[in-house]
Amino acid sequence: MAAVTAAPAAAAAPPASVIPASIVPLRGLPIVAVVLAGLIAAIATNSAWALTFFHVAGGGAWTALDLFLGLILGPIVRTMSPQARAEFTSRYMPKMLLIMPTLVTMTLGSGFQLARDYGFLDTSYSRHAWIVASFVIVGVMTTIALGVLNPAGLAVMFELRKPAPNGMLIGKLMKRYLYSAGVTGVMQVATLVIMTRLPT
Amino acid sequence: MNERRLPPVGLLGVISMVLTIVSVIYLASYIPKVPPLGPSIGLMAAAGVVLLANAVQLARVRDFAWRPFRLVFGWALVAYIVIAGMLEYVFLYDHTRGGVLALMTLSLVSFTVNVPLLLGFGVARYQSS
Repeated sequence: MAAVTAAPAAAAAPPASVIPASIVPLRGLPIVAVVLAGLIAAIATNSAWALTFFHVAGGGAWTALDLFLGLILGPIVRTMSPQARAEFTSRYMPKMLLIMPTLVTMTLGSGFQLARDYGFLDTSYSRHAWIVASFVIVGVMTTIALGVLNPAGLAVMFELRKPAPNGMLIGKLMKRYLYSAGVTGVMQVATLVIMTRLPT
Repeated sequence: MNERRLPPVGLLGVISMVLTIVSVIYLASYIPKVPPLGPSIGLMAAAGVVLLANAVQLARVRDFAWRPFRLVFGWALVAYIVIAGMLEYVFLYDHTRGGVLALMTLSLVSFTVNVPLLLGFGVARYQSS
């Protein structure tokens, strides 16, 4: 493990447009609050439609975003100039800090409740092994997201707010972020295989 | 980039989380039955030891960007206390009791401390002290 004590590779002072106004976009918090309130209401009322909506909409958006990030956007960002990459990152990362945790909470919260209501969690369920396999996949994705992806994303945001951000460090962290998003995206496909196995 | 050595806080944080996740998966895979709690107790004890060792080794680091660490750790801790509180309520609401409740509560404590630690360290390691 290492810490940066000096930054000789620091870029010149970034234009004001690159510096993120805040680490977390505060204007988005009410939207997150509404989504989470809806999720809590769906779980509390055990509404089959609402739970299915949160699970399918959240899971679909989460999978599509991860795959798009890792397999399409990642290679494009790597070919951008450092300045363009910094501008993209400064606008993109704050939004992701709100969007991804919200989508994950929507998907997993409603999914667990659906599985409970349908009896999928019960050990007597004929395809219980698939459910346990999905727990393992979610566990691996959680570890990657919380241990690698989120710390890298947050570190990029803090670096961009410095008077002289280190372009090399941002590039390294973004690479780590996009690769880990790609890995979780591929694991999402494995989850989709399991989810489609359950009712068929 | 000139880099200096720091203890493997990120790695140990991930190890502690993995031990916790394995314990939770083990318990969840037996729902609605209560499995033998020995494996889960062992996993959570190991997760706790690793977490404690991680906190101690981080606290002993000199010349570290403690201010950004505390900023990120503090806010993340607030968020995860809220999340853990909601999950604890769900456990009680679903009539989880006894040893399973104790182990699930410990797993929430592990997450509530580990995730802010990982986020705080992940940011502060690149900040100047």
